[in-house]
Amino acid sequence: MLDTIKDIYSVFWVDLRNLRHHWRSAIVTSLVQPLLYLVAFGYGLGGGVRIGEVSYLAFVIPGIVALTSFSTSFNGAASKLQIDRFFYKSFDELLISPVSLYSIVAGKTLIGTLRGSISSIAILLVGMFLMPTLEVSPLFLLALFVSCFVFSLFGVFIALVIDSHHGMSTFNNLVILPMTFLCGTFFSLNELPEPAKVALYILPLTHASQSLRAAALGYPFPWLSLLVLAGFGIAFFVGCIVALRKTSV
Amino acid sequence: MEEFIVAERLTKKYGNINAVDGLDLVVYSGEIFGFLGPNGAGKTTTIRMMTTLTKPTDGRVHINGFDVVHDACKVREVIGVVQQHISLDRDLTVRENMEYHARLRRLKPAERKKRISELLDYVGLSEYADRMVDALSGGMKKRAAIVCSLIHNPKVLFLDEPTVGLDAQGRRRLWDLVRRLNSDGTTIFLTTHYIEEAEALCRRVGIMHRGRLIALDTPLALRRKLGLIAVETIVGNRETHYQFFADRAEANRYVQSLPPDVGTVIIRESNLEDVFVVQTGEKVGGG
Repeated sequence: MLDTIKDIYSVFWVDLRNLRHHWRSAIVTSLVQPLLYLVAFGYGLGGGVRIGEVSYLAFVIPGIVALTSFSTSFNGAASKLQIDRFFYKSFDELLISPVSLYSIVAGKTLIGTLRGSISSIAILLVGMFLMPTLEVSPLFLLALFVSCFVFSLFGVFIALVIDSHHGMSTFNNLVILPMTFLCGTFFSLNELPEPAKVALYILPLTHASQSLRAAALGYPFPWLSLLVLAGFGIAFFVGCIVALRKTSV
Repeated sequence: MEEFIVAERLTKKYGNINAVDGLDLVVYSGEIFGFLGPNGAGKTTTIRMMTTLTKPTDGRVHINGFDVVHDACKVREVIGVVQQHISLDRDLTVRENMEYHARLRRLKPAERKKRISELLDYVGLSEYADRMVDALSGGMKKRAAIVCSLIHNPKVLFLDEPTVGLDAQGRRRLWDLVRRLNSDGTTIFLTTHYIEEAEALCRRVGIMHRGRLIALDTPLALRRKLGLIAVETIVGNRETHYQFFADRAEANRYVQSLPPDVGTVIIRESNLEDVFVVQTGEKVGGG
């Protein structure tokens, strides 16, 4: 057990070291997009609008935090792993080492989780400054951490199964971008027709934004969404192991 | 000598293409073995199968008595691998890359520090240890990749095309390093498409062509089978004919028997390129 934890940390260590060299640009670039959304949707389009009993700004901030956890965790894990696989080719060094495939997947997930957590908390702090009534409870933080971990695993999985930069960019445009806007981040899913609602509940970001919004606004917490999110995490982890076993010994 | 790497009917298929086709090979402990062949001959695929990176389609490989598929962990403990592309994290320093490899190999902190310092000294990179890998010359990057692969003191070092892209000086420094590693007890398995590299370094050479091993012996024995002396006859600046002879006296007799207007005649020692061309009808660098 201790060896496994050490192995996971060793895999994480190199990404952490890398982040240490580039942490300023990594954090700043991950904040640009959510801050723009906050200004454009929170103040621009949503100024004066109310959703139920809360202002649109209070409604949208948890959605933008969910979105930040999604995009930063996913990209933080996927882009580093793709660089390791295709550009530096250093991923082979991991496969030749005695570290197990399980530890490799867990270790490679941690950098996305860390980067996602840092950026989400930074956006959350801005949100709390703008909207002090938001509740940042332990449940909110739990949902945020689970989201970052699951989205990071999603990034590792996609970086392992997509074998080219072109494929990755196609995936970003066809899956990631629509998820960004549609998964209940900027609007309530209650407004949508039933089939669209069902389709969006198949996507993990929907469950992250529902959980974070409920926790932040004091609504009844959707435990089922958190469980579904954890289920996605398990599925991505198994997917990573299957993808690695296909090629590696 | 002890058998260290044993491949039996080793095969890798990609679709209908046999990248490696029924390879039987033994590499002995303590030797420098060279795999010679053009690009696409199956050299890298063979190394990837031997180093647990690619699953064989058929056949087996044992390293130090362990099967590379079923006992991959045991195999990984005794092998070091230097890939054709520099597989280091180029945004980190040489020391950071070495520390990463040492951590992956589960070396304890004190052991890590000692080993990193010893190895940097061994390859003459001590003063560049804290430079980013990206800022190093091609030869230094290659040496940095080698020290990372040596961090756990492997019994065999696999070098895939170790001198591709290096200048003459960098190439010779690397050859010296390979010889030194071998004389210090490391078995070396290298692939190359440079004839002179195989001749300069390897005790035995296997020649690969389209996934098959077409010749296997010491460079001298391979040349001797063909003839140690080559006579090139260049007819009208268009065509070159090659003849091979056991010694110079025989070659001279042949040259004297040629008509006086035959064209340019060159007498030289044969080399492994001649062996390859005669066996396959193609040039080693011809792809």
